[in-house]
Amino acid sequence: MSEHFENHDPNCGHDEAEHHIVGPATYAIIFGALLLGTAITIGASYLEMGPWNPVVALAIAVTKATLVVLFFMHIKYSSRLMKLTVGAGVFTFLILVGMSLADYFSRAWGQW
Amino acid sequence: MSTILTLPDQATARVPKRNYLTNENGLLSWLLTGDHKRIAILYLISITFFFFIGGALAGLIRMELLTPQSDLMASDTYNKIFTMHGVIMVFLFLVPSVPATLGNFMIPIMVGAKDLAFPKINLLSWYLYLVGGGMTLAAMISGGVDTGWTFTTPMSTHFSNTNVVTTGLAIFVAGFSSIFTGLNFIVTIHKMRAPGMTWFKLPLFVWSNYAASILMVLGTPVLAITLVLVVLERTIGIGVFDATKGGDPILFQHLFWFYSHPAVYIMILPGMGVISEVISTFSRKRVFGYTAVAFSSVAIAVFGFFVWAHHMFIMGVSNYAVLVFSLLTMLVAVPSAIKIFNWAFTLYKGSITFETPMLYAFGFMGLFTIGGLTGVFLGSAGTDIHLTETYFIVAHFHFVMVGGMLMAFLSGVHFWWPKMTGRMYPEKLSQLAAVVTFIGFNLTFFPQFLVGMLGMPRRYAAYPQEFQVLNVFSTAGATILGVGYLLPMIYLVWSLKYGEVAGNNPWQATGLEWQIQSPPLTENFTTIPIVTQDVYDYEWLERQKEHEVTHVG
Amino acid sequence: MSDSSHQLTADAGVTPHVHPPYQRHHFVSMEQQTETTSFGMWLFLLTEIMFFGGLFTAYLIYRNWYYPAFVAGSHQLNIFWGSLNTLLLITSSFTMAMGVWCSETKRQKGLIWSLIATLILGLGFLGIKTIEYKEKWEKHHIPGASFSWQGFVHPTPEELKNGDKALPEDIARKTEVYFSLYFAMTGMHAVHMIIGIALLCGMLAKAMRGGYMDGHIAFVENFGLYWHFVDIVWIFLFPLLYLISRHQ
Repeated sequence: MSEHFENHDPNCGHDEAEHHIVGPATYAIIFGALLLGTAITIGASYLEMGPWNPVVALAIAVTKATLVVLFFMHIKYSSRLMKLTVGAGVFTFLILVGMSLADYFSRAWGQW
Repeated sequence: MSTILTLPDQATARVPKRNYLTNENGLLSWLLTGDHKRIAILYLISITFFFFIGGALAGLIRMELLTPQSDLMASDTYNKIFTMHGVIMVFLFLVPSVPATLGNFMIPIMVGAKDLAFPKINLLSWYLYLVGGGMTLAAMISGGVDTGWTFTTPMSTHFSNTNVVTTGLAIFVAGFSSIFTGLNFIVTIHKMRAPGMTWFKLPLFVWSNYAASILMVLGTPVLAITLVLVVLERTIGIGVFDATKGGDPILFQHLFWFYSHPAVYIMILPGMGVISEVISTFSRKRVFGYTAVAFSSVAIAVFGFFVWAHHMFIMGVSNYAVLVFSLLTMLVAVPSAIKIFNWAFTLYKGSITFETPMLYAFGFMGLFTIGGLTGVFLGSAGTDIHLTETYFIVAHFHFVMVGGMLMAFLSGVHFWWPKMTGRMYPEKLSQLAAVVTFIGFNLTFFPQFLVGMLGMPRRYAAYPQEFQVLNVFSTAGATILGVGYLLPMIYLVWSLKYGEVAGNNPWQATGLEWQIQSPPLTENFTTIPIVTQDVYDYEWLERQKEHEVTHVG
Repeated sequence: MSDSSHQLTADAGVTPHVHPPYQRHHFVSMEQQTETTSFGMWLFLLTEIMFFGGLFTAYLIYRNWYYPAFVAGSHQLNIFWGSLNTLLLITSSFTMAMGVWCSETKRQKGLIWSLIATLILGLGFLGIKTIEYKEKWEKHHIPGASFSWQGFVHPTPEELKNGDKALPEDIARKTEVYFSLYFAMTGMHAVHMIIGIALLCGMLAKAMRGGYMDGHIAFVENFGLYWHFVDIVWIFLFPLLYLISRHQ
């Protein structure tokens, strides 16, 4: 009866994150990308793009944050559970911001 | 070798000499413990202490409301009394009640682990609770708070001259206690299950606490930042909620209720988990629709994040927001209803017995259903406009929180008391207490539905004469309810020394916690179990018992 | 005898396994301990996302309501200091990531220098923040009793030359909301930096004494996660606070 329980044993799972060591080369590339992103976002703020200014700024910020999360924080090499965890956090944050903002924007729409 | 269910002869059971209570001695061994079971007991004592303070405040409220005039106390004082009652009951009793006591004690055992993932964080969580509780008491003693437990702006930020800052900071600290408990549970349940313990072999108590923990981790920080902003607004005058400076008081409510609505699910979900355990044990039947109940718990947690503005229908949010939040509120009721149906179908054709935990569970099912249904009435924006800020709301949340959650807590305490202490409580007396509580509860809170519908506003010390009769009924009920709560205090403490020895499995229940000694060893298991048994496998147990053995396997 | 009545046994013939001295007794393996602590750290970071989330919500709402006031307020921030701070933090994230790599590959010197670099960059950030806050104090831009919005109704000639416009009084008053959020958000961020730097000092001290070279590097890795998170918050704060429409 003492068969192989690897499939059921949550502790016997292998996890790439523990064995995958991200090296300096990857970090350097990402660092360069972050610096580039910073330069672009500063430059873009001096351009007149109307309503697109904040969109561009946020898009760059989200890209930079994604790079940090994936590579500096190793999520790219982590288990599905870790990816899901980060996703859950981002999702809840978006619900808070999105649904609150929806109230404020829709106030301007008047009665019905 | 697989797990084996044992049904030792209760008559010859003795309290084992070596257990988590006797393992180490001395005050420091308790104050510096990492043992989740000891921390659970520390929490149990602490929350009981705060429960009685909150209960005393409730008594004062009910005494004041005996007469239509504000004669027992000034209105300002009354404001402070109901505020402190709410703050203590919500943050210092209901939120930690099942998770920090029964959850802390049972979850590691139920998943087959030796402790929670982070024992030191667990202890820190208790100390944070004490600091938060202590600060709340300090605020109470030095003048109280009168804003209502909801700290609504601009009252809390500008017009109240009571200890808002102290209380706000106190709850900030207590919130981290809650966050750390939730964090611990999530990690433990994911990472420390014993071999063979798949997600769908977990008891539903674990699923419920898991769902509540998600809410604790994701929701409580928003309360934290909201309280920080209130404190800053009140002390420095930053203007973020101040209409005269361009701020929006409604923003406070958005941020506050973003936590406080999930908070009500943090409070009720662990209680629902208890009910799943108790109903299956005392109907000798597996929970009907295990998967549905498990997923419903998580669904309640997820949907619970989408409905917060139903507390704000009349506050000035846009009509479109009202529409959307009202619709989503209807949706969130569905998983709760699914659970009630599943418990009912668990009872159907079960072998039902009426031990005390089961009595409380029956109370829960009836009262939570009423409370939940009235919640649906309130979720409908049209009715809410009439009923909000009246006693209907007060009755609604007391039905779900007291008739529901508190009964579930008492059910769980009685159910697992033999496991935690090794002793049984006096059954007849406890059944009497359960019945007294049920009667007292209904007499206290049902009239409040009526009086609310008739228009009596909440949070007022004085009310129109025509509401007095129902208020008198309510106060009378409160007295009976108080007796119902005092009785367990007395007989549970009595049972520690004089109660019948419980043995490992007095209820002959399934579940890992009933396979170990009562009280458990510090390390829970002598060897880590390998789980092959299905959860709630009462049929298998019955088949084994047919052969009249006491030692099965 | 209670023990014999329950037979929850593991595999027969299990040998007592050797585990590192830093493995806690409630864990069955180092792998479990490492994954667990990492997961715990991520959950804590989730709470931080939601904590700052409240502030971002407030910011986005008021920016939408009082855009001209936010533009004017943003122009009061020094873009040089802000950009430099961003550079410092991004670099410190890089050096911290290198520190984690050094601890993973047992490079003691590399770890120590990485931590020192991270510390210096972090302290530099806080130093610049101090300069900026001091400037705010001098200009009466700290919300509360001392706040003055007069400068927005009557901009200096230099500011007018840069493209700033004189604001009507009611909008000028709303700059206090902008600065409230500026201080709340950067202040909260700075608090997290200070806590991080304190932990970093402790870690550096231990590294200098030879720590983190035996495979027990969970603290370094998890601190790295915290540090990167604080960097991410700044990655959003910088454009939202400093770069509102610099073209105007």
